[in-house]
Amino acid sequence: MENCKCAHAKSDLSLLKNVLDKYKDVPGSLITVLQKAQEIYGYLPTDVIYHIADVMGTTPAEVMGVATFYTQFRLKPVGKYLIMLCQGTACHVNGAERIESAICKRLEISDGDTTADGMFSLKNVACLGCCSLSPVMMINGETYGSLTPQKAVEIIDGLYAKEANE
Amino acid sequence: MRIVIGEGSCGIAAGAHKVYEALEKCGCGKRLGITGCIGMCFLEPIVDIYDGDNLQKRLVRVRESDAQTIAAAVESGDLSLLDSLEITEDDKSFLDKQTRIALRNCGVIDPTDIDDYIKRDGYKAIERALGMTPEAVIDEIKKSGLAGRGGAGFPTWFKWNAARASESTPKYLICNADEGDPGAFMDRAVIESDPHNLIEGMLIGAYAIGAQEMIVYVRAEYPLAIVRLEAAIEQARSSGFLGENILGSGFSCDMRIKAGAGAFVCGEETALIESLEGKRGMPRLKPPFPAQCGYNDQPSNINNVETFANVAWIILNGGEKFAAMGTENSKGTKVFALTGKIKRGGLVEVPMGMTIRDIIYDIGGGIRGGRQCKAVQLGGPSGGCVPYDKFDTVIDYKELAATGAIMGSGGMVVMDDTTCMVGMAKFFLDFTAKESCGKCVHCRIGTKRLLEILTRITAGKGRPGDIELLEELCGGVKDGALCGLGQTAPNPVLSTIRYFRDEYEAHINEKRCPVGECRELLTYSIDKDKCRGCTLCAKKCPAGAISGAVKLPHEIDRDVCIKCGQCVTLCRFGAITVR
Repeated sequence: MENCKCAHAKSDLSLLKNVLDKYKDVPGSLITVLQKAQEIYGYLPTDVIYHIADVMGTTPAEVMGVATFYTQFRLKPVGKYLIMLCQGTACHVNGAERIESAICKRLEISDGDTTADGMFSLKNVACLGCCSLSPVMMINGETYGSLTPQKAVEIIDGLYAKEANE
Repeated sequence: MRIVIGEGSCGIAAGAHKVYEALEKCGCGKRLGITGCIGMCFLEPIVDIYDGDNLQKRLVRVRESDAQTIAAAVESGDLSLLDSLEITEDDKSFLDKQTRIALRNCGVIDPTDIDDYIKRDGYKAIERALGMTPEAVIDEIKKSGLAGRGGAGFPTWFKWNAARASESTPKYLICNADEGDPGAFMDRAVIESDPHNLIEGMLIGAYAIGAQEMIVYVRAEYPLAIVRLEAAIEQARSSGFLGENILGSGFSCDMRIKAGAGAFVCGEETALIESLEGKRGMPRLKPPFPAQCGYNDQPSNINNVETFANVAWIILNGGEKFAAMGTENSKGTKVFALTGKIKRGGLVEVPMGMTIRDIIYDIGGGIRGGRQCKAVQLGGPSGGCVPYDKFDTVIDYKELAATGAIMGSGGMVVMDDTTCMVGMAKFFLDFTAKESCGKCVHCRIGTKRLLEILTRITAGKGRPGDIELLEELCGGVKDGALCGLGQTAPNPVLSTIRYFRDEYEAHINEKRCPVGECRELLTYSIDKDKCRGCTLCAKKCPAGAISGAVKLPHEIDRDVCIKCGQCVTLCRFGAITVR
C-alpha cells in the first residue's frame, strides 16, 4: 500500500511511524494502534486503515472489523466542537430526548452528523457517568449539566459567538 | 487548616476545579488539596475544611464566587463566616445509614498520594497476605462470602480457586473496569478516588492464583480514572509494591492498563478477553472457562473493580467480620449509584439486607418535585424494575432475582409517575439492540424485533397479541443467546410487562399513553373557555393546524397536528390541553 494511488491516499502516513514501530510486533495491540491513529488524525481515514493493516501484517478487513465494532472509532472527520450527548438511563429519565431534538433543530443535523460549516458534530453516547447532573452533554472535554432544551441551545449559541469574536 | 476539594469526575463537571483555581488565586495555594468522590453528587462541588485530620466544616454547592469568603475564613480562623455554605444536618444523614468498605477511602484521602493511602492501613493487607499461603488467602475470601459485584454474583473464592488449580503458566489477573451499564458509576468512583485500594486488592488476588501480570481494562470514556490509576501504578512500583520480589517475599507481579474502545458487550468476561487481544469484542463459547483458557489462551481470572475494592479490607479485618454483615445468601456491602428522579443522588454503600425503601427514602431523601414514586430500575439494561409496592424487598441476590430484577452492577435509577414504562423498556432495548455484538442470531435479530414491536406500541400502532408476542420472543432470546448480554436483554421487557401490563394494554388497545410521555400518542386540544383568540398559536404553528377568527376560540385540526408542543409553550392563557 506504500504506493497507493487511490482517491483516499491523502493522509500523511509518516505521522504514524513512531506508533507503528513501537507496536507492530506486539501481539494484541491493534486497538491501541487505532486509538493512537485517531489521536493523530482526528478520525480513521481509509488510507490509514490500509496502511495499518499493511504494516501490522493483517488484512484491511480485519482492521475495519475492529474499527467499526467499537463506538470510539470514527471513520469520518468531526467538527471543531464534538458534542457528546449522554443517553444514559438517568439522562433518559430526565429528558435527554428533548435536549437532542433541540440541538438537532438548532444545528440542523442528526446524531452522527457534522454541520456543513464543520463547527459541530453530534454524537449520542451511553452514559458519561455524571448521572446526578443529568441531563448532561460534554463538548470537547467540558461537561455541561442540568440541561434544558433552551440551555443547550444557548451553550451552542455561546460557542458560535465565541468563534465569531476570534 | 487545609482546604480539600472533591475532584471526582462528577465534582469537576459541577465546577470543582474552577473553585480550586479560584481559591488558588485567593492565595490559598499551600492549604489546598484534593480528594476523590464523596458520593454526595447532589451537593457538588464540595469543599472540606480540615484542621489536621479533623473535618471542621463541609461546604456544599460551592461556587467560584465563594472563594474569597472561604479564603478569609480560613486565614482568620473564624469558620462561622462559612455557615451559609455548610451542609445541612438533614443532608448529612445521607452518610449516616451507610457502611463503607469498598468506598472507605473515597472522599477522605488524596487519590494522587500513596502516603495518604498508606496512612489508612494501606498496603498492610498485601503484607499480611504474603505471609499466608495462597490457599489460606482463598480460604479467607471463602469465609467472607464475597461474591462478584459486577452483576452475576458468582463466589469470588471459587473463581480464584479454579485459576489457582490450573497448572499452565503464565497466569493473568484481569480487572473488569468496563463499566458500561448506563446509570452506574461506582467503579469509576473507586478508581478515581482510591486507586491504590484497587491495586492492593488485585495484588492479593494475583498472589492467591499465582499470576505474574495484572491488567485493568478501563472504559475509554473514563479519562480521569485512567490518569489517576496510571499515576498510582507508578507510585506503587517505585514504593516496591509492584514489580520484582514484592516486599522481599519472592512474589513478583506487575500491572498495566488497557483502555477499552467503547462496547458494552466487553463487560462480558470472554468478550473482554477478545478485546484485550486486540480483536472485536465478541464472546467465546464456554467451556473452556477463562480460569483454564483465557487471555492468550492462558489461565485468567477476571473480577470487577468493586469486588477487588473489598479484598484488602477482608484480609485485614478477617472474612468473618465481612460475612457478619448482610443476609444468609448475600454477605457484606453493596455500592449503588442512586440516580433518576431522586432528591439526593449519589453513591451509597449499604450492608446487604437493607430494603430498597431504606435506600430511596432514608438515604436518597425520596422523590424529587414531590411526585409519586413509581418504580426503580436495578441492573440497567440487563435488569428489571421493582415497582413501588415491592420496595420492602431487601438487597439480596436471591430476593432481588425473585422480583424479576437483578442486583446487577449497582445502577439504581428511580422513576416517578411521569415515566412511561413501555417507553423505558423501549429505551433499554434500543441500547441492547445497538450493543449486541451480532454473534448469535437470537440476540442480534431478537433484540431488533423486540425493539420494533415496542416502537410500534409506543407509536400507537400496537396490535392485539403484541404482549404475548413480546413474551414469546423474550423467551427465545433468553434461551438462544450465548452470553449474558443476550440472555438478560429481555429482562426490562418482561419485568415491565409483569408489573405494568395495564400500561402496555392502554397503549395497544386505547392508543393512549397513561403518563403522557409517548409523543405520538398525545392529542392536543384548545379549551374554548380559556382561549382568548389572540391568534399567536395559529401564527406560529409550523404545521398550520390551528385555525380560528380573532378574539374567538381557536381549534386544532388533529389530522394536521404534528404534536410538536409549540402551542403549549406559546399560550399565555393555559388554554391548550395535552392528553
